[in-house]
Amino acid sequence: MSTTKKKRVASQSRNRRVSLGVTYAILIVLGIIWLIPLVWIALSAFRCQYQPDGTFIGRVTSNFFPTGFGFKNFTDLITGTFYGVPKAFPRWMLNTLIIAAVDCVISTFLVLSVAYCMSKLRFKLRKPFMNLSMVIGLFPSFMSMIAIYFLLKSIGLTGNPAHPEYSVIGLVLAYSAGAGLGFQVAKGFFDVIPNALVESAKLDGCTNFQIFRRIILPLAKPIIIYQALMSFTGPWMDFIFAKVIIGADNAAYWTVSVGLYSMLFGTHPDTNLFTQFAAGCVIVAIPIVTLFMFLQKYYVEGVTAGAVKG
Amino acid sequence: MGSKVTKAPKIKANRLSFPERIGNAFSAFAKRFVDGSLGTKLSHFIFGAGNFYHKQYMKGFLFLLIQAGILALMIFCPSINGTPYGWKALQNLSLRNVSDGGDFDPLTGQFTSGSDCKLMVLFGFVTIAMIVIYFLVWNLNIASSYKSDMDRKVGKKPSTFREDLRDLLDGKFHVLMLTPTCIAATLFTILPTIFMIALAFTTYNQQDMNDLGTNLFHWNGLQNFRAVFTGEGSLGVEIHARFLPVLGWTFIWAIFATLTCYFGGIILALLINKKGLKGKKLFRTVFILTVAVPQFISLLAVRNLLGQYGPINSMLMDLGLTAAPIGFLGLNPSDSEMLAKVMVIIINMWVGIPYTMLMTSGILMNIPADLYEAARVDGASTVKMFFKITLPYVIFVTTPYLISSFIGNINSFNSIFLLTGGGPTYTGYQAGGTDLLVTWLYKVTIDQGSYNTGAVIGIFTFLITATITLITYRRSKAYNEEDTFQ
Repeated sequence: MSTTKKKRVASQSRNRRVSLGVTYAILIVLGIIWLIPLVWIALSAFRCQYQPDGTFIGRVTSNFFPTGFGFKNFTDLITGTFYGVPKAFPRWMLNTLIIAAVDCVISTFLVLSVAYCMSKLRFKLRKPFMNLSMVIGLFPSFMSMIAIYFLLKSIGLTGNPAHPEYSVIGLVLAYSAGAGLGFQVAKGFFDVIPNALVESAKLDGCTNFQIFRRIILPLAKPIIIYQALMSFTGPWMDFIFAKVIIGADNAAYWTVSVGLYSMLFGTHPDTNLFTQFAAGCVIVAIPIVTLFMFLQKYYVEGVTAGAVKG
Repeated sequence: MGSKVTKAPKIKANRLSFPERIGNAFSAFAKRFVDGSLGTKLSHFIFGAGNFYHKQYMKGFLFLLIQAGILALMIFCPSINGTPYGWKALQNLSLRNVSDGGDFDPLTGQFTSGSDCKLMVLFGFVTIAMIVIYFLVWNLNIASSYKSDMDRKVGKKPSTFREDLRDLLDGKFHVLMLTPTCIAATLFTILPTIFMIALAFTTYNQQDMNDLGTNLFHWNGLQNFRAVFTGEGSLGVEIHARFLPVLGWTFIWAIFATLTCYFGGIILALLINKKGLKGKKLFRTVFILTVAVPQFISLLAVRNLLGQYGPINSMLMDLGLTAAPIGFLGLNPSDSEMLAKVMVIIINMWVGIPYTMLMTSGILMNIPADLYEAARVDGASTVKMFFKITLPYVIFVTTPYLISSFIGNINSFNSIFLLTGGGPTYTGYQAGGTDLLVTWLYKVTIDQGSYNTGAVIGIFTFLITATITLITYRRSKAYNEEDTFQ
C-alpha cells in the first residue's frame, strides 16, 4: 500500500471518528431537551414541599428539582374526593379501562372486516364506499361531535338523570361506531398479501369466510396488534370527545384524561392540584408507555404501511 | 403490466355516461315488472310476496317485517323526548309549526317545554335515511324474487334460506362484513355530519336565542355564509374580522408544522441510524417517549414548564435575561402573538419529530446500499449524498404521508388547544392569535353554543382539506392504480 493511500485511509477514519463524536454530542443534547418536560412532570409527581407555616405546596413552583420527595401526591390523589365524587381517581381509571377494552374489541373488528372487503373482495359498491369514507374523513371530527351528543342524549345514552352510567355506553359508541371508516392502514397491509394466495385457496374450494379465517387472519397479526393498540390507547389520550359526550356535571363517569384535565382547567380549577395532576399523569403514562414499548415494532409497521401506501 | 393491458377494454365498457346508466336502470326495472312472475309483480307492493310465491318463507317474512316496521314508524310517528319520527318529522323539518311552549324557567332563561328544533332537524334526517332504506330494501326484495323466477326458468330450484345464509359467508361475504360498519357509521358519523352541515343554514345560536327569550330556531339560507364576508348578524362582526387571519395562520401553521417535523424527523433518523453509532436503541427509546406519552400529558407539562411561575421563566429571571416572566404561550392577552406562534411550532416539533423519525427509519434502511457505494466511488460528499440520494428517495416514498400530515395539521387540535388555548386572546373576539379553524370551531360551538357559526367554519375547513386532497391525492399513483398496485 502506498503511503498516500495509507494517509487517506487514516484521515478518513479520523473524519469518521470526528463525525461520530459530533453525532453523539447532538443526540445527547437533543435527548436531554426531549426528556426535560417529562422528567419534570415525573419529579413534580414525587414532590413534597411545604411552606414555612406547614401548608403543602401543590402548585407549579420555580424550582426544577424538588426540595423534598414523598408519595403524598399519589395517596392524596387516589383517596381524594374530586367534584364531589369520593375516590374519584380510581373510578376514572376503571371507567377508562372498561371503555378502552370494549372500544378496542369493537373497533379492531370493524376495521379488519372493512379493510379485508376493500382489499380482497370485488363488488359493485366498493369504489363508492371508499370515496365516501374518504370524504367523510375530511370533515373535522369536532363538527359531528356535538351532533353525536344530541343523538345519544335523545336515546338516553348520555345526560340521562335516571341512569348516568349509560353515558359510558354512549362514549364507547361514539369512539367505535365510526372506526370502520378508518380502514386505510389495514387495507394497505392486506394489499401486500399476494392475491395468488387467495385465488389458490378459492380453487381449493374455500369460501370467502374460510379464506378470511384461515389465511388472512393468521397473516394479519401485526395489523391486528396495531389496530388494537391504537384503539386501546385512544380513550386514554382523548379528552375532548369524552368531555363533551359524558358532560361536565357527570364527574363520576369521566375518563381519566377528563378528570386530570379538569384539575387544571375544569369548572373549579385548583392551581394547588398541580402535583396531584402530575402524579395522575405518571400513573396513566406508565402502563401506556410500557404497552407502547412492547408493541413498538407493530406500531412502526402500522404507521409505515399507512404512510407509504396512503 | 400484462394484467393492466387485458383489463383496459373491460374498464372502458363499464364506463357509461350518467344518463345512459339511469336509462339502463329504468329499462331493467321495467323489464323486471313485465317479465316477472305474479310473485315478482306483487313484490312491488308487498315486500316478500315474491319470496312467499317461491316458497322462500323465511326470507319473505323478513322482507315483510322490514316493510311493516318502517311503514308503522312512518304512520304512527313514535316520539322521543316529545319530538316525533315518521311523517310528522318530515313536516317538522321545515321548522315552521313550532312553539315555545308555556313553561319558561326564569332562572335558566330557557323553556322547559315546547318544540325542540334541533331534535326536529335530527329526526327529520333520520326519517329521510329510513325512507332511503325502505326503497333500497324494496329494490332488493324485487331482485330476490326475480332471481328466483330466473332460477325456475332454467330449471333450478330457488335458493333456500339456509343456502342464502351460507352464501353470506362466501359470495355475499362483503355484505356480512360491511353491514355493521354501514349501520354504525351512518348513525354516528354520516348522519351527525349531515346534521351539522344543515345547522350552517339555520339561526341556531344559543346566545341569540337566550337574548330573544326563545327556544326556537329557523332556516335562514346562506345568511351565515354571507356574515363571514360582510360581518352582518350577531356573531358576524367577530367572524368577519377574524376569519381571514385565522385562515392564514392555519395555513402557515400547517406548512411549518409539516415541514419542520418532516425534515427534522429525517435528519434525526439519519443521525440515529449512523453507521458505528452505539446505543441506537437507547436513543430511539428516549425520542419515542414523546410519541408514547399521551399528548394531553406531555403538552400540559410543557405548558406549565414554560408558564409564568414555571422553572424556565424563573431560571431566565435568575440569569438576569429578563426582568418579568415571559409569556411564551400567549396565555395573557398582553403577550406577544408572534412569540406564541413561534413557540407552538417549536413545541410541535418536539412532539412530531420522533413520529417521522420512527416512520422514516425503516425507509432509510431500504435505500439500496449500492447507490451510496457508487456515489462514494465518484467522490460524492456526505451532504451531497443526502441531497441527491436520501432525500429524493424518502420524499418519493412518503409523499402520501406528507399530504396526510399536512391535512392532519390543519385539523391539529391538541397542539394548539393544550398549549395556548388559542391565545393571546383579543377582547371581544372568540378567535385568539394562535387559534386554528378547528380550535375556533370548538370554542364557537362548545363554549358559545353558536352552532350555526361553528358549522360554517367546519364547512370551510372541509372545503380546504377536500381541495388539497382532490388536487394531490387523486393524481397520485397510489389512488389511480389502486387496483393494479398489489
